[in-house]
Amino acid sequence: MVEIDEDLCKGCEICSDFCPKGVLGLSDVINKKGYYLPKTVKKNKCTGCRLCELMCPELAILISKK
Amino acid sequence: MQVVRINVPGISNINLKKIKESKVDFRKTHLKEIENSTHFLLGDEAAAYGALYAGCNFFAGYPITPASEIAEVLARELPRVNGYFVQMEDEIASISAIIGAAWAGGKAMTATSGPGFSLMQENIGYAIMTETPCVIINVQRSGPSTGQATKPAQGDVLQARWGTHGDHEIIAISPSSVQETFFLTIEAFNLSEKYRTPVILLMDGEIAHLRENIIFPSLEEVSVLERRIGEAGSFAFGGEMVPPMSMFGQGRFLHVTGSTHEPNGMRDVSSQSVHQELVTRLYDKIKNARGEISRVEEDYVSGSRIGVLSYGAAARPAKGAVLKARAQGKAVDFLRLISIWPFPVEAVKNFIGRVDKIFVPEMNLGQISREVERFSAKPVIPVSKIGGMIHTVDEILEQINGI
Amino acid sequence: MAFNSIKENRFKHPRIGKYLRQDILPTTFCPGCGCGTVLNCFVKAVEELELAPEKLVFVTGIGCSAWIPSPYFKGDTLHTTHGRSLAFATGVKVMRPDLKVIVIAGDGDIAGIGGNHLIHAARRNIDISVFMVNNRNYGMTGGQVSPTTPFGVFTATTPYRNTEQPLQAGEVVAAAGANYVSRWTTYHVFPLVKAVKEALGVKGFSFVEIISQCPVSYGKMIKMRKASDFLKLYRDKSVRMAQAKNMTEEELKGKIIVGKLQERDRAEFVTGLRRINEELQSELSD
Repeated sequence: MVEIDEDLCKGCEICSDFCPKGVLGLSDVINKKGYYLPKTVKKNKCTGCRLCELMCPELAILISKK
Repeated sequence: MQVVRINVPGISNINLKKIKESKVDFRKTHLKEIENSTHFLLGDEAAAYGALYAGCNFFAGYPITPASEIAEVLARELPRVNGYFVQMEDEIASISAIIGAAWAGGKAMTATSGPGFSLMQENIGYAIMTETPCVIINVQRSGPSTGQATKPAQGDVLQARWGTHGDHEIIAISPSSVQETFFLTIEAFNLSEKYRTPVILLMDGEIAHLRENIIFPSLEEVSVLERRIGEAGSFAFGGEMVPPMSMFGQGRFLHVTGSTHEPNGMRDVSSQSVHQELVTRLYDKIKNARGEISRVEEDYVSGSRIGVLSYGAAARPAKGAVLKARAQGKAVDFLRLISIWPFPVEAVKNFIGRVDKIFVPEMNLGQISREVERFSAKPVIPVSKIGGMIHTVDEILEQINGI
Repeated sequence: MAFNSIKENRFKHPRIGKYLRQDILPTTFCPGCGCGTVLNCFVKAVEELELAPEKLVFVTGIGCSAWIPSPYFKGDTLHTTHGRSLAFATGVKVMRPDLKVIVIAGDGDIAGIGGNHLIHAARRNIDISVFMVNNRNYGMTGGQVSPTTPFGVFTATTPYRNTEQPLQAGEVVAAAGANYVSRWTTYHVFPLVKAVKEALGVKGFSFVEIISQCPVSYGKMIKMRKASDFLKLYRDKSVRMAQAKNMTEEELKGKIIVGKLQERDRAEFVTGLRRINEELQSELSD
């Protein structure tokens, strides 16, 4: 499961652009700083590769097993 | 011929009876072997040994005339006392390395001359801003620029005060003899620890390359101030006028920065009050301690109408001229500055009050004379000599006698 | 109030509470800045190596990349003047060789103004790990040309085009004498973590050049505003060392050679210094 830290995200879209399985997309939720947050669009496709978790410039993504 | 004695603060405390002339082979010397002995050494060598006595355990430098001998002696001696010497790639690297070493717990020093001193200015400011104790020796030589590389001068006095950018205070002390160089180097280390600031030892090529008799006291007779390390959780950059220091490797996650910072060291450049508080404390820490830091030598006679003020190498012919004038029946006061910055205002004002006219012999075109002028309504006459030749007694005497 | 007093993790990722100064997050890095990715990878490497933060000393300079450890990583930090980190770090390492000394800064800081110190630190082969985050411009000051800006590029101070060739920092450092040199990009996050771990484990001078995106300053200059576009470029332009060996200079134009550039085991500087002291101590005690 992909958990996004809403207070940290800056809406750079690296995670949604690079997920090999297209798990993440952009939501229409804006956080306190005015950035659009990513959201899970293909929940069951996540393989736990943790690429998004490692690429995120804000350490705003945590992959957990669910 | 009259022998002029420059009084050297520090030497009166030494048990002179223990001193023997030494035939020690410097190539095989351990510091303990030179205790309680006399030698005939260069000013540069005296500075190096002073550093060793003060507990210096790190030197980084770059060769430059007339300071290279300091590096050479320390390259040989520091490893003997389990210290470290590194010749860095330039003077900027040298001052950087000594600051790094200081934060890793070392007592660090570098030595250079005018051109290197100019290069070091940015990081001297860094040491001031981060309150890093360290000693910078500037063996002044004839400038500006490459100038007369092998000849002495006193032209960096104002640069020592204002060389780095921004509002800051600095401590600078200037010896007039080889023996005094030894003691003032130790004093420089002590002042740097006491006030957590870089201290500049303003030597000049004249004393640096002069050989004179020097007494090495026993290590116990020399008072060395150790670094005050704070408790865990204490602020390393505020809370007290001179905060206790911390070091790397203590698990304190210390944050040292040249940016404006809070008492805990974290950068904060957006607050006007944080900056004001920090920079005025750095200023006050030295300015308010001027009374304790100031060191002068006063040689006053009653009824004096003329005063001679000097420092460093020029103080020697200056004193000679004063004594010769007195022998000719003139009452002349002599004030020798040992600490140059912070400027010993009280002693100088008192001196000005005693006389009608002040002469300031210096090997520059009038740097300290300007400072004296600031405090004097009476005429202040610079007795300048540049070109790498120190004043003669008679040159100064002529000025005193109004010829 | 002592800093670092926050014990509980305020954020989701456990590595944040473990290694970063939480009070000041989120970072001041621009959205999508490669600096954040480097921080992320660095922290992962530290965790995998199980390095104690108490044993690390970060020495950084001036520029966005220098802000990676300062103030974000919770460790002893010496944030120094522009370009001089390696010289400061030399003083630290000589006095405390038991501490791991790490320099993280940018291309302008390390290879520009700091070029001289970089070459000599590598020459000495001093046991310091340097992570040079190469975003190919002076980003903090608004996108001026840097020694690593590609030829022909428009920047704030090359408004016609860049007439200088870029410095290949990794190759220069390898030639100067480093024990370990590798280069990766912020696209290659997994190899980057591995390279960081390798560098931190080297005894001697280790240097990792990390090509990194600057979507706001450099991006404005080269008209590439999305971090992902930079990363796609790095993905497409990268050539592994093994392949590059068989390519001509013409074929390598515009390519980024990634991988391990150098690995060897020459004598380390501080060890040599200390040996002199040991020899002297035993000689003098005879």
